[in-house]
Order: sequence, then structure tokens, then C-alpha cells
Amino acid sequence: MQQAASTAVEKSTKTKLSINDVNMTFKRDGNSVNVLENIDLEAHEGEFVCILGPSGCGKSTLLNIVGGFLKQTSGAVKIDGEPVTGPDPRRIFVFQERGVFPWLTVEGNIGFGLFKLSNEEKARRIAHYVKLVGLAGFEHAYPQELSGGMKQRLEVARALAVNPDMLFLDEPFGALDSITRLIMRGELLRIWEAERKTILFVTHDIEESVQLADRVIVMSARPAKIRRIVNIDIPHPRDISSRRYLELRDGIFEEIGLAHKV
Amino acid sequence: MKARLLPFTSIALLITIWQIAVTVNSDSLIPGPWAVVMGIVELAQKGLLLKYVVASLFRVTWGYVSAALLAIPFGLLLGWYQRGEKSFNPLIQIFRPISPLAWIPISILWFGVGDMAAVYLIFLASFLPMTVTSMNAVRNIAPIHLNAGRNFGLSELQVIRRVLYPAVMPQLIVGLRITLGIAWLVVVAAEMIAVNSGLGFLIVDARNAGNRYDLVIAGMVMIGVIGLMLDTAMRKLETLKSLRWGYGG
Repeated sequence: MQQAASTAVEKSTKTKLSINDVNMTFKRDGNSVNVLENIDLEAHEGEFVCILGPSGCGKSTLLNIVGGFLKQTSGAVKIDGEPVTGPDPRRIFVFQERGVFPWLTVEGNIGFGLFKLSNEEKARRIAHYVKLVGLAGFEHAYPQELSGGMKQRLEVARALAVNPDMLFLDEPFGALDSITRLIMRGELLRIWEAERKTILFVTHDIEESVQLADRVIVMSARPAKIRRIVNIDIPHPRDISSRRYLELRDGIFEEIGLAHKV
Repeated sequence: MKARLLPFTSIALLITIWQIAVTVNSDSLIPGPWAVVMGIVELAQKGLLLKYVVASLFRVTWGYVSAALLAIPFGLLLGWYQRGEKSFNPLIQIFRPISPLAWIPISILWFGVGDMAAVYLIFLASFLPMTVTSMNAVRNIAPIHLNAGRNFGLSELQVIRRVLYPAVMPQLIVGLRITLGIAWLVVVAAEMIAVNSGLGFLIVDARNAGNRYDLVIAGMVMIGVIGLMLDTAMRKLETLKSLRWGYGG
């Protein structure tokens, strides 16, 4: 029944991303390491997809391929029906907060990608996104004067300011403390609901994936294959102590082979 | 005691020990601190002090600035294009251990005794350190920043101007400061051999013309003071807000 529901959703919206039988092999010191194996995945417009897997499994590699920073060994990656040939300002990659430019102020960072706009339009967008991510009052601060969470929001703002239609997030909250991480998840969902970007979110945190995603792609250890795709059919805001939430979460725990006892 | 006075205590201590040592060994050729101060005053009155300082700074400026203008773009290019680094690095590493002073005979052969020989030596002394610093600065750019630049649709030239350039600045400035120190060391040595003016010449000349060790030490003090001033000026750059991120705090 779940299966039927998900196909119904996909039919009603346009396919944004299609990954077709992608393989990735790295050559290192004469050895070849298989990182990704036969990855097939589709995401439709406006969908929030989490790619979940153990550290070092190759999920970041997959994201880098989709982002155009790496070229797959074989297979096809298409966005809006066009093959990905390189990075593109319509799809912005958000690194952990290390991606902000330390030599630019908050304003400078948010305005970084807006070089084609007029000065008034640029100023307007900067002001809008400064406010959206809650950095008002810090426009002229340099990243080193900001906390980890603020830097992370700054990087998200820099990405959103160019109005991309996709966001790639690579364990964006991994370096934050657990309280900030929870707040950031809420903020990201709020922004996603407001702007409806297609989001590909890589994480190794099961709870995080179930809290955020429409669908969770569960990956295996290296070489990474898709083990299972889980539809998270709980509307936002999600009650993280509800039966359905726990059921889905525990299903993934089991899938990965972890007993949920400490 | 106020913390800002602390640096002066070590200087005062040195001068005291110096004075005591000179008083105990009264037949020594080494003059006391006061004689050195009088030596500096004498040089200033004769108009030689300003003339020699300007002569030395003039040579350093020409050699150093021309080296910077050539070495920084060259080093950045080598860092940016890995093939460039691979082909030039062995050559750089062979030239690097050769002291600039080893070039004195050749520079005199090429440029004769005069300013050009000294300028050339400073150029040589500055060129390789600046090249290596620029090359390493490019290599140390976080790939994440370059990727981010490309992600926002910047052309190669725009990536160089908007990511590479600001990213290498902090390291470049440190390299420039250290190299200026080297250039200042070398100008003194060059002036001892190749020219008839400047602080290096003053030191050799004062000894040759009648063992005027007060003027020798006066020259040394001036070299130290000016060196400190150059270093302090360069350090001021490192406190710029857009650069401070590169210095770990």
C-alpha cells in the first residue's frame, strides 16, 4: 500500500533528478576501490530526500557526483532531463560550515553568488536572506566571529540567495552540538516549506533522516548500494515520540543491523 | 610594572651589561653605548646617516619590489597549474640552498660595482622565497572554497580573482614580511662589497678608515632599528580584518 502511495506522488509531480545505474571506482596506489555500485534513484521536484549510510560508505561521493564535482565511472545522472556535466549555480552544494569564505563578511558571503544582479537587487536579496536565517545584526561580522550554528545558517543563506532549484547538503549539521542541530533541522524544514527546493541531504544520523525527509535512502557499507528506500509518511511538524515515527525509525535501525539498545 | 614597558627592560639590561663590560676592560677597542650614540649623532651631523639609510632602503625597495612583481604571479601560476610546479620545483630546490651572497662575484661580473649589483642580489634573495610562498599558498587553499566558487558559476578567471586571491593573501603577507627581513640582511652584505654607500658600506668603511668601532656599532644599531620598523609595518597588515582568519585567531 505504501508502494502505491509513493508512485501516485511521483506521477503527480515532475522528476527532478534521475540517477541511473551509477558506479564509481577510485584508483588509489594501483588498487581500485569500488565505492558506489549500481545506484538507481529518482527524486521529484520539491522532494526532501535523505541519503543515509555509515561513515565512509560513499554517500558523499554520490552527492559530489550529482553536484558535478566528480565524474562517475559509469551510469547516467540527469537533472531536469539533462546530463550533469559540472557544478551549476542552479544547484548549490552546502558543505559543513567550513564552506563559508572566511575573508568575507556575512553580507559578502550571502552576496557572493549574486554578481550578475544589479546592486539594488543584490542588496535586497542579502537583506532578505540575512533575516530569513536569523543573522540580522551580524551583516558586517566575519565568519570567525560567528558560532558554528551561525556559520552553518550563513552557508545555507549563501546557497538560497542565488535561488537554486536544488540544494545538496553533505552532513551539514555534523559539526554542531546536539541542541543547535535540533534547532537547525527545524530551520531547514521551515525554509524548505517556504521555498520548496528539491533537497538531497546526506547524513549518517538515523533520527535526523526520519525527522527531515520525505524519503530515506538507506545505503549499505562500501561499496555503497541502496538497501532500501523508506517513505516517511508523517506530515510536518513531526511528533518524534509518535508510534509511526518510532516504527519507521526502528525499521531503519533493524535494516542497518543495529539493536536499538545502549 | 606596566606591561608595555617590559620590552624596554631587556634593552636596558643589555646596555647596562655592555657599559659594565666596557668599563672593566678599559683597553678594549669596543666602544661603550654612549660613544655609539655620539657616533650616530656625528653621522647625522655630517649628513651621512640619512644618505646611507636612504641608499640602503633604495636598493632594498628596487630589488624587493621587482622580485615581488615577478615572483608572486609566477609562484601563483606554479601552484595553480600542477604541471608547472612539477616542472619547475626541482630547479627551485637546487637554487634555494645557494646563499644569495654566493652570487656576489657573478653579479659584479654582470653589473659591475654599483647599485645594480646590489639590487640584483636583493632580487635574487627575495625571488625564490616569494615564489615558494606563493606556490604553497595556492596549494593550501581549501578545495571546499574553490568548489564553492565554481558552484556559483564563476569562470576560471573569476575563481582566481574572487577565491584564489583572497585565500592566499594571509600566507602571502607573512611570506612578504619574512622575505623583507631576508632582503634587509642581504643589502648590508651586498653593500660591504659592491658599492660605496649604504649602511653595509658604513660598517666596512668605518673599520678600514681608522678602526672607528663606534661607527661600526652605530651602523649595526641603525640596521637593527630599521629592520624592526620594516617588520612592524608589515605586521600591521596582518591585523586587517579580512586577513585575520588566516592567522588562527
